[in-house]
Amino acid sequence: MTATLVVGLDGHGSGERAVAYAKRMAELIGDCNLLIVYIIEWSPYTFQTPEENAERHKRREEEIETALKRVVDPTVKALEKDGITAKGIVRHGHVADALNAISLEEKAEQIIVGRSTASGIAERIFGSSTAKLVMSASIPVTVVG
Amino acid sequence: MTNLNKFSLAMGVLAMSAVPAIAQEAQTMDEKINAGFASATGWFVNFIFAPLPGTSFPWIVMWLVIAATVFTFYFSFVQLKFFKHAISLVKGDYSDPNDAGEVSHFQALATALSGTVGLGNIAGVAVAVGIGGPGATFWMILAGLMGMASKFTECTLGVKYRNEYEDGTVSGGPMYYISKGFNELGLPGGKILAVLFSIFCILGALGGGNMFQANQAHAQIAGILGDYPGWITGIVFAVVVYAVIVGGVKSIARVTEKVVPFMGILYCVAALIIILVNYDKIGWAFGQIFDGAFTGLGVAGGFVGALIQGFKRAAFSNEAGVGSAAIAHSAVKTKEPITEGFVSLLEPFIDTVVICTMTALVITISGQLIIDPASGNYVVEGGKIATVGGTSGVSLTSAAFASAFSWFPYVLAIAVILFAFSTMISWSYYGLKAWTYLFGEGKTTELIFKIIFCVFIVIGAAASLGPVIDFSDAAIFAMAVVNITGLYFLMSVVKKEFNSYKSRLDSGEIKKFEH
Repeated sequence: MTATLVVGLDGHGSGERAVAYAKRMAELIGDCNLLIVYIIEWSPYTFQTPEENAERHKRREEEIETALKRVVDPTVKALEKDGITAKGIVRHGHVADALNAISLEEKAEQIIVGRSTASGIAERIFGSSTAKLVMSASIPVTVVG
Repeated sequence: MTNLNKFSLAMGVLAMSAVPAIAQEAQTMDEKINAGFASATGWFVNFIFAPLPGTSFPWIVMWLVIAATVFTFYFSFVQLKFFKHAISLVKGDYSDPNDAGEVSHFQALATALSGTVGLGNIAGVAVAVGIGGPGATFWMILAGLMGMASKFTECTLGVKYRNEYEDGTVSGGPMYYISKGFNELGLPGGKILAVLFSIFCILGALGGGNMFQANQAHAQIAGILGDYPGWITGIVFAVVVYAVIVGGVKSIARVTEKVVPFMGILYCVAALIIILVNYDKIGWAFGQIFDGAFTGLGVAGGFVGALIQGFKRAAFSNEAGVGSAAIAHSAVKTKEPITEGFVSLLEPFIDTVVICTMTALVITISGQLIIDPASGNYVVEGGKIATVGGTSGVSLTSAAFASAFSWFPYVLAIAVILFAFSTMISWSYYGLKAWTYLFGEGKTTELIFKIIFCVFIVIGAAASLGPVIDFSDAAIFAMAVVNITGLYFLMSVVKKEFNSYKSRLDSGEIKKFEH
């Protein structure tokens, strides 16, 4: 049976460390797929102007394309080059909720995320997302420091 | 800087500088604008508000009431039966997680609400109660409840017949569903109606969505800072609106979009506190509302006066049947256009049944309307109920709130200014969509409309309330004439969607998503 590990990326160094750890685990497991996931922080309960609404679909496509091009695809390619089976997903939502939802959909064994070392607001947001994920995930979570 | 940017900057500066240049003679400027405006728009106002032959009942009010009643019965009280389902949709229970990142039902509703919740709820209700007495509230609530069905019909069509462009942007609204829907059903005249609607929508955007807002915002600021010429407020507003809609300074719009809901909640909480503190008067206030609804309690025009005012202000506040919300709601991502119809029916409920009623209760309870102790009826002077201090419009609401919280007029002033601003931003978009429908999409055509819009802010702030409110009402109701005509022909399309959705919901084919 193939094991699936979900790896949460944040576009920073901590995500790279999570990928490196996941890669090591995949090599140890042998029959293992890595799912590289990038969540674009988004809430359905924000307030927008009519013009922003009208352009939302276009913006969403652009956001997904940018995330794929800059973060997800290069990681997937690098892993495949090293002989690891990997797939990329970009989705909008709350980091913790979306990572958990994808893990359940894909019947993953484990979620691997990095602990952000970035300072300021980014750390607060990602830091709390990691904590929330650990608290609420339905499957085991590994936080890579 | 591109040539277009240079052009837009030059045009903007020209438009903004033209008014103060002419206005060198200061005070008389407002009077000149006022007189010119009243004489230019009088015929239009008279036509829209013409009474039914042999009565004093304006035909346009009857038009809206009949439409709301027809839709309510045609969709067998959809506003009651699907109210709970609408809330479920807004909560995202039926939203596919794979569509995350698209415009959600909540966002479409919030955007449409920020276009309608505002002065209509504060000033409009005060006008209704000030002329028609507390009884107007009863008719206002009834109009709000019935209007939910009109809103449901138009917003479903708005999503169904919207244009989706290759670049991923969308445009929708009555001009699109009337022309495309009529074509689909093989009916003639769709294009003519769509063009007519667009013309009225532009006038409505410049009137109720702009001049009325600027006018009342100025009244608020002048109330705090002391009297000064309206065109000064107009120019300040015009510059800020110009920065947002032309300059693309999204940060201003974003701040407003976040502060406006907060102000809305604060307003409701304050109203609730006043109502609860005076709990012993709640029964009496509702008594006034019900008695006044059928007897008029001595107000001008009796119960018909109360009814006309109630329906008029409700329509002006929640815009059900007007078609504006269909433009705002058409951006939502859904495979089922009817779901947006369900969501939109919450709009008149929140706007009219909840918020407007609160305002009306506060005004009634506060005792600002003077009652003749001998007869128990309201004292009427010059067609209006006499108020403590002779206030009307926003200042009546302000005085009513001040009777409980002396500091509230300041909060209300800020709320009115922000509401006015967010309503202007919403209506600039509605007007723009109508404008581009007529003249085609393109940066230059869009810019011309945006500049005209900003110039009208200055005119609106300078003119006096009477002519502005008349013109605003007339333009918005003219949109309803065309829109509702279209809805009658297209309601069978909504019915098909409705029946199909209902059967799939009942059979369990449409399920909630696990989140």
